[in-house]
Amino acid sequence: MRIYLDHASTTALKKEVLDAMTPYFLEHFENANSLYSGGRQTANAVALARQSVANNLGCLPNEIYFTSGGSEADTWALKGIALAHKNKGNKIIISKIEHHAILNTAKWLKKQDFEIVELPVDKNGIVSVEELERLIDDNTILVSVMYVNNEVGTIQPIKELAKVCHDHKVLFHSDCVQAVPYLPLNFKELGLDLASISAHKFNGPKGIGALYVRNGVKIDKLISGGSQERAHRGGTTDTPSIVGMAKALELVQVDREKHNAHVKELRNYFESLVKKSIPYVHFNGGNPRVSSVSNLSFEFVESEGILMLLDMDGIAVSSGSACASGSLDPSHVLLSMGVPIEIAHGSVRFTFGQENTKEEVEYTVQSLTKIIERLRLMSPLFNLKQGETYNV
Amino acid sequence: MYNDKVLKEFSNPQNVGVIENADGVGVVGNASCGDIMKITIKVENDVITDAKFQTFGCTAAIATSSCATQMVIGMTLDEALKLTNAQVVEYLEGLPPQKVHCSVLAEEAIKKAIEDYKSKQN
Repeated sequence: MRIYLDHASTTALKKEVLDAMTPYFLEHFENANSLYSGGRQTANAVALARQSVANNLGCLPNEIYFTSGGSEADTWALKGIALAHKNKGNKIIISKIEHHAILNTAKWLKKQDFEIVELPVDKNGIVSVEELERLIDDNTILVSVMYVNNEVGTIQPIKELAKVCHDHKVLFHSDCVQAVPYLPLNFKELGLDLASISAHKFNGPKGIGALYVRNGVKIDKLISGGSQERAHRGGTTDTPSIVGMAKALELVQVDREKHNAHVKELRNYFESLVKKSIPYVHFNGGNPRVSSVSNLSFEFVESEGILMLLDMDGIAVSSGSACASGSLDPSHVLLSMGVPIEIAHGSVRFTFGQENTKEEVEYTVQSLTKIIERLRLMSPLFNLKQGETYNV
Repeated sequence: MYNDKVLKEFSNPQNVGVIENADGVGVVGNASCGDIMKITIKVENDVITDAKFQTFGCTAAIATSSCATQMVIGMTLDEALKLTNAQVVEYLEGLPPQKVHCSVLAEEAIKKAIEDYKSKQN
């Protein structure tokens, strides 16, 4: 049995998306910048895709810049705005729970003498609008807060945050990478100046994303080169991927409501079964949160072991702790929410998708219950008498 | 990232538990670092006749605890004190670099259990 419960990490390409892409690998392979008819034909496909993406995101086609994915879009937004507006100020505000694409770019900017200020979140994992109001000042050039958090799924009040920014004439960027499958996006209505998306999070191809830059916003280039993307982003146009992303987004728009209902039912069923079957569990992340994410901490055990044993039962999930990816620090998101460090070490993220079933949820909880029991029997923490602690 | 030997040791660990009335107890690590290892030993005529572990930690922490306890059973105290983390890593046919610290914890837990035994003798 193979059960995939890691849809926030990536998703499978849809057959319809692949079908839309295939001709641009095989027949219409010409460079979209070439003048001959073949090139004009691919350029036309890119233009149609850009129009479709813009329609589905509530913006204009000339406000969409295709990138290699979410990380490039995030990096470009931060560096491009910082460098283009450094004469106005040097302060950039981000939230404490951003994706590493934002966090590490902010770290880089700090080394270039930009001031980076981090917005805290409450215990539910939600950024405070009042706190932004307090921190924003004349020296601030950009605020960046994600729409949906990738670890706990919480939805941030970006419309309100954008309003605070505009009242202070500060630009606002939002990493919307995790939002697309669950929330209808209208960048104009949300009041965004910049936004990032990535196709592989919504059954599109990997290696393609977009940065929305509102017309009138000045931004420096991240990738210099030729005149592609209206001379804002060099690199040969990736026609098949662009066509694929547009198609995937069209399908999301049609299926979103149905998709949300399905994964929400599974997620809620999963959480109710866990609650019944496993003691000492913490449900991380409060409301509002998107329909597919369940982030759990199991006391007395560490997440990597859970992940490996689930894998041996054919179940793919993510460790909330970054331990598995090589870093030994537990999740910065959970720590920001005030989750105690030893509990943050035991967190696992389950994200449900369209192909998952109730039977899979039941099998997963059965497997999980046994695994937690087994690891707890091995854990010295679980075997401490109440009130005892190890002081070593 | 883990080799088959580590995964096998992790999924089927040996010597899990606590020895009742143990002759020596060693506890190392702390919960905030994500690793705690507790090793208990039984000693007869300066030879470790039994060793058990309880570990809160990742795959590597559990695998190294299991293998360290297997390695020291039958050793004299002097031999067990010479056990190095490198030998533990070798037994497991290698660990990812960021997980080598788990083998250090296993070495330290064994040493602490022996020290505890010795301090009780004096």
